[in-house]
Amino acid sequence: MEQPGHGLTVGLFATCVNDIMFPGTVRATMGVLTRLGCRVEFPDEQTCCGQMFTNTGYFSAGLATVRAFVQAFAKYDYVVAPSASCIGSVRHQHEMLSQNKPALARQVKTLVARSYDLCEFLVDVLGVTDVGASFPHTVTYHLTCHARRVACVGDRPRRLLEAVRGLTLVDLPEAETCCGFGGTFSVKNSAVSVALATDKARNIVATGAEFVVAGDNACLMNVGGVLRREGAAVKPIHLAHILNSEEAVR
Amino acid sequence: MSVIAPDETRRTPAPPPGTFLGMPAFPVNAEQQLANAQLRANLARATATIRAKRALRVAEVPQWEDLRAAAAAIKDRVLANLDTYLLQAEANLTKAGATVHWARDGDEANRIVTELVRATGATDVVKVKSMVTQETDLNEALERAGIAAWETDLAELIVQLGHDRPSHVLVPAIHRNRREIREIFLAEMGRYGTPAPPGLSDDPAELAGAARAHLREKFLVADVAISGGNFIVADTGTLVVVESEGNGRMCLTLPDTLISVVGIEKLVPTFEDLEVFLRLLPRSSTGERMNPYTSMWTGVTAGDGPQNVHVVLVDNGRTRALADPVGREALRCIRCSACMNICPVYREVGGHAYGSVYPGPIGIVLTPQLRGLDSAIDRSLPFASTLCGACVEVCPVGIDFPKLIVHLRRLVADRERTEPGLEPAVMAVGEWAFGQGKHLSLVERVAEIAGRVFGPWRFFRKLPWPGSLWTSGRDLPVPPRESFRHWWKRVKP
Amino acid sequence: MNARDEILARVRAGLADRGTGAGHPVDWVYGRATPLPDVLGRFVERCEDYQARVIRVAAPDVGPTLVRVLRESGITSAVWPAGLDAGWRAAVLAAGVTVIADDPPLTRRQLDETGGVVTAARVAVAETGTIVLDHAADQGRRALSLVPDFHLAIVRGDQVVSDVPEAVAVLRASIDAGRPLTWISGGSATSDIELERVEGVHGPRTLVIVLAE
Repeated sequence: MEQPGHGLTVGLFATCVNDIMFPGTVRATMGVLTRLGCRVEFPDEQTCCGQMFTNTGYFSAGLATVRAFVQAFAKYDYVVAPSASCIGSVRHQHEMLSQNKPALARQVKTLVARSYDLCEFLVDVLGVTDVGASFPHTVTYHLTCHARRVACVGDRPRRLLEAVRGLTLVDLPEAETCCGFGGTFSVKNSAVSVALATDKARNIVATGAEFVVAGDNACLMNVGGVLRREGAAVKPIHLAHILNSEEAVR
Repeated sequence: MSVIAPDETRRTPAPPPGTFLGMPAFPVNAEQQLANAQLRANLARATATIRAKRALRVAEVPQWEDLRAAAAAIKDRVLANLDTYLLQAEANLTKAGATVHWARDGDEANRIVTELVRATGATDVVKVKSMVTQETDLNEALERAGIAAWETDLAELIVQLGHDRPSHVLVPAIHRNRREIREIFLAEMGRYGTPAPPGLSDDPAELAGAARAHLREKFLVADVAISGGNFIVADTGTLVVVESEGNGRMCLTLPDTLISVVGIEKLVPTFEDLEVFLRLLPRSSTGERMNPYTSMWTGVTAGDGPQNVHVVLVDNGRTRALADPVGREALRCIRCSACMNICPVYREVGGHAYGSVYPGPIGIVLTPQLRGLDSAIDRSLPFASTLCGACVEVCPVGIDFPKLIVHLRRLVADRERTEPGLEPAVMAVGEWAFGQGKHLSLVERVAEIAGRVFGPWRFFRKLPWPGSLWTSGRDLPVPPRESFRHWWKRVKP
Repeated sequence: MNARDEILARVRAGLADRGTGAGHPVDWVYGRATPLPDVLGRFVERCEDYQARVIRVAAPDVGPTLVRVLRESGITSAVWPAGLDAGWRAAVLAAGVTVIADDPPLTRRQLDETGGVVTAARVAVAETGTIVLDHAADQGRRALSLVPDFHLAIVRGDQVVSDVPEAVAVLRASIDAGRPLTWISGGSATSDIELERVEGVHGPRTLVIVLAE
């Protein structure tokens, strides 16, 4: 049977947080895409979606990243990132940032339509929910705010997780509440950010799951930082790692 | 809870010292509030209750999304033609026997009201909950003029008697629990009128009963009432007050003089438009299908209610917000408070941290526009959000909060860019570093050195400032020894 | 410049970008009914949800019902608006209830000392369990149905509409006539203490609706 990704070339948008702090997640993303038959490339002009600048009010720096993004990815039919937040920023902020630059704005507009979070690309473009992964563990899933309300990925991550062999998914109480990361909010309003992450951590621990999974490492870094500080056993893990896992089901 | 000694020079309970504008920036206030476990417990409980009620009542209305879109469109129509609707409302109010006054700012509004009260000879006035008079601090202006203004909404009464400030648009005493309220009533009511019954328990029904008895005496003798207004209908000159307890009806009906102080954005074009807002507001606000009482009046009705009717139209920064094509969307707000009940930040810290009568998401987009960006507190407000977007889902008039927040952050950044500070410097370096892949590659080399040096520890527990902003409450992973970019370059699969 | 002119000038300056023409279309059809299988049934259910008591009676039985309700509630004196049905008034009087006219107008203290008030209504809303008074002669001025602690309202079945839009359409005439409106949904209530709903604050603590069909 032909693989669903056969003949497709994907521009892998690592995103800055993953590139610098979580390269394993980018490799896992690559792993899933490759296993499904895609050809994956990493254009090294890429930097960042720019939201840490845009959302802090520094639009000119945001615009610089938009330029880098266009330069890196204009030649690809598909841009895929392991971050709904960064894809959300591409979708909703890049046009705003480039609105006074008509030529750039035109490129942005067409590129936005070709940019996907990993779960969207798998479900919508490749048409798969069972990616052939196995992960024999109990996990709870946090649909991050930008996945839920900006990129609007809906139930795609859940469908992908439910098809993973050996995986037991337990519901996370108050799943719709923010973990408190919020980009520069996490340091500008450090105390509130920690308070929110502490609430989130408490809900995660209460599930009894071994892993808390999400599609954005920045959120996981925030709540994971509290979990670790509190000595909790539950481990944060990006969705890509689970989808790329072939751990034997006993 | 401390009991505050009565100030013999005053007629009404003294509010806490200081002013909103003199408050430190949001993060400082927020940290103080976070230390108050009782406050956080009260807030968590109350906001969870009201969120659940709202969700239940909203789910009953199949056309909810259409209603929201209609409300947004009606409010945008009002804002785009505000001059026309203001003149139409003024003409209809005048024709109906009301006197219309205009106030450029809070001081002017307070002056107008004070003079109107003085002209009646009254030394006491009863008040219906009104956000705009909170904005202008009318009660203190009246107190300085020797006029006692008595708040009659239960929560406002709790705040006033508690020498406190409101912390929520709808339920100003949301930060207080029943035991605290009982203490306030027992300690304070007797000083300003009918005392609380000596055996008062902390049962909410008994507490409400004490408020009924305390305020009934005031309602029966008051000659002047001051209200706000939820809506002014331009095509009829009708004012609308939406309430629950009946204190509004008492104030709007019994005294001979009624002064309504209303923001200029509170207009709706036609009476028919109320069908949209009367369905959205109660369900969004108190989570009820309909609030217990809504009063509508058009100027003076002979033989029924106040015969001396005044309406004060207040700008107080609204035209400043209107002049910002992005920011003006905040003027759609109908003060339902759904955004604060759902806001994770508000739920942690409560309303007092915001240094404004408008806390939560609406507060952080409206207050800096009404007051400008000169104070530390106002500059910090747009940053008091994780941009999680929960408020967008519940706003009955479809305010795009994240869009407005980011816009206001930009206005703050544009002012601070030229000032010395860590953030503008970091952002300038960031603009270079993230402007090109090869620049970012250099930054990654630095991170990789840190990764090699600190690798064995795997996590940072305690970093010096500014890293401490993260590690104060969270561990931080040590960066890996090789970024993805460099791995790719080395391996090129 | 006076405050009025200055505010208007600020508004116009602030809207310099508005251009002309187009405007802001509102995609909404006004005055539509909400489809309900049983309008009166829904009205009763929703009123009771808000702790109002609703008694459904045939139109000729309104008089005796008023007598029964007032007696059960221990109301020995009731304010009676001048325009309210004389036959009902006679029935209530015959039962020994003191009927008080608002002529000359009752003082606030007198109203406070009166046991209750009986009024008609202008329109009622099924979906929200609301009655709306426009304070015509059969309802009396606003203070009458506010200060006494007991309010008995008589609503005719044909006055009950499905939802708020239909009610607003009906009430346009009252507004055009300069009448004030009072929308009443259950008794007075507050949720100001820990968001827990408490019935009965300043308005009448008891609301009884007699629905005459």
